Amino acid sequence: MTSILNRKIGNNQQYLVSVLFILVTSGVCYTIAPVLGYKVVALVLLLAVSVTAVLFDIFPVLLSAVLSAFIWNYFFIPPRFTFHVGTTEDAILFIMYFVIALINAALTYKIREVEKVSRKREEKANTLKLYDTLLHSLSHELRTPISTIIAATDNLMSNNENLGAENREQLITEISRASFRLNQQVENLLNMSRLESGFMQLKKDWCDINELVYSIVKKIEDNKISQKITISINPNMPLIRTDKVLLDQIIYNLLHNACLYTKPDSLIRISATNHADILQLIIEDNGEGFPPDEVENVFDKFYRVKDSRAGGTGLGLSIVKGFAEALKGSVRLQNVTTGGAKFTVEIPCEISYLKV
Amino acid sequence: MSKPEILIIDDEEQIRKLLEITLRANNYAVTHGATAKEGLITASNHPPDLIILDLGLPDKDGLLVLQELRQWYTNPIIILTVQKSEEIIIKALDTGANDYLSKPWRSGELLARIRSALRNSNQDEGEPIVNSDDLVIDLNTRTVKKKGELLKLTTTEYSLLALLARNDGKVLTHQYLLRAIWGPGFINQSQYLRVFIAQLRKKIENDPNRPEYLLTESGVGYRFVGKRD
Repeated sequence: MTSILNRKIGNNQQYLVSVLFILVTSGVCYTIAPVLGYKVVALVLLLAVSVTAVLFDIFPVLLSAVLSAFIWNYFFIPPRFTFHVGTTEDAILFIMYFVIALINAALTYKIREVEKVSRKREEKANTLKLYDTLLHSLSHELRTPISTIIAATDNLMSNNENLGAENREQLITEISRASFRLNQQVENLLNMSRLESGFMQLKKDWCDINELVYSIVKKIEDNKISQKITISINPNMPLIRTDKVLLDQIIYNLLHNACLYTKPDSLIRISATNHADILQLIIEDNGEGFPPDEVENVFDKFYRVKDSRAGGTGLGLSIVKGFAEALKGSVRLQNVTTGGAKFTVEIPCEISYLKV
Repeated sequence: MSKPEILIIDDEEQIRKLLEITLRANNYAVTHGATAKEGLITASNHPPDLIILDLGLPDKDGLLVLQELRQWYTNPIIILTVQKSEEIIIKALDTGANDYLSKPWRSGELLARIRSALRNSNQDEGEPIVNSDDLVIDLNTRTVKKKGELLKLTTTEYSLLALLARNDGKVLTHQYLLRAIWGPGFINQSQYLRVFIAQLRKKIENDPNRPEYLLTESGVGYRFVGKRD
């Protein structure tokens, strides 16, 4: 909470607010002093200083400590309306008030500093852990296709005569698949760094959803998948205005993901509709779905479902989420009761009035 | 006829080698330049039939090289880019590139682009652009036939189709099409273009969702592919 307040309230405002707070508290005390006596007032003022110590930086707090000490002395300690202190007891009280207020301010400040340091340390540890996961999954995900390419080309070069035509063909197919996989990983990494950089410039233009979805499905089918993808979109669906590159990546990653993690010959269905100014995309499959206790985590960066068979950096779905949010939309995952996973993407966007 | 000559300007040796193997195997003669300077000198000493130009050269911005070439070189130029940046591609096309390919590309695609670019540069005027059992586009009689039947196209639909078909195989940018068909005031009205393309597809394609003639170049423009290789 303290950090939020600090961020919201500028330095000058902190001085202003803490001084005002002390003045108001003093004003209240001034009215009750005749009933409760000036010693209780000292405690109330100390409380006020403690409150500023919780909320603000060290210097505004010190200022309120000093200010409240002088106010207490001037307005409350008899004889009132002088800085003169009548008795030795009051003099000791005043000095103690002053010291306690300062210690109070300093201690609270110190505690907060320690907190800040430990928070920083924790953040650093988290980042390191994230990097570790990244490096681990990256080296695996990049090395696998690279190893395939090196081994296959090596085989083709040194063993060419002994390999039959069929084997040669197979090796070449493997090289081709490995390179596409490599390209896909690099694409994901570039997208991730685009997201991480924090400033993503949207480039909105009119987009024909039918055209987009069919072209993505074609791209996926070109890689000889065994799953069957069906598309159900109204052929007269109006144009929508959005960032096509991001939307393309969202749909591609969801479909690609469904192909990676469902058994051969599974069915994948994609549908798109527009309700008012919301584009809704649903991508569902008849696979095994996600483990129920992991549904929440699948969009986390580098998260991979436990014991999942195929490879993956765990970046695909987090990019989907990041891009959907960049478009001010959302994505959610449900397990369908009949089995299989269902991703729902909702993106607010302008809809064209022109008839397609 | 002698082999068409292609000049490759790319700083990556691997890419040059790969292109050279692919092109030689398909009966093209190949020369190359590893820098903009080398490329420009080779091109002027011995003008090739087609230039493949990488936009990411070390010594000069590829767009500038393109500009310089276009001051005197009229044969096709196909650009290669690593970035998928649509703006750069559109700029290059506006500067006079005939076509583009982004790395990584498929060889089949590259060869198709080269064939179509070379074909366009010595095109025969007056012949029907497309003439198959499936589709006939005859610019002389301004008629379009689908499976032998005359299609009813609106004036705008016909102009759009004719413009694309006249540039068979070549990508035309959204802005170019909008300016040519609707006028300079419409270059940002891409929704008109998309709607008309969708309508044309419903009329000329066998499956409008899996177009064979009117292809989309995402974020860049459209390409009509009439002649099959």
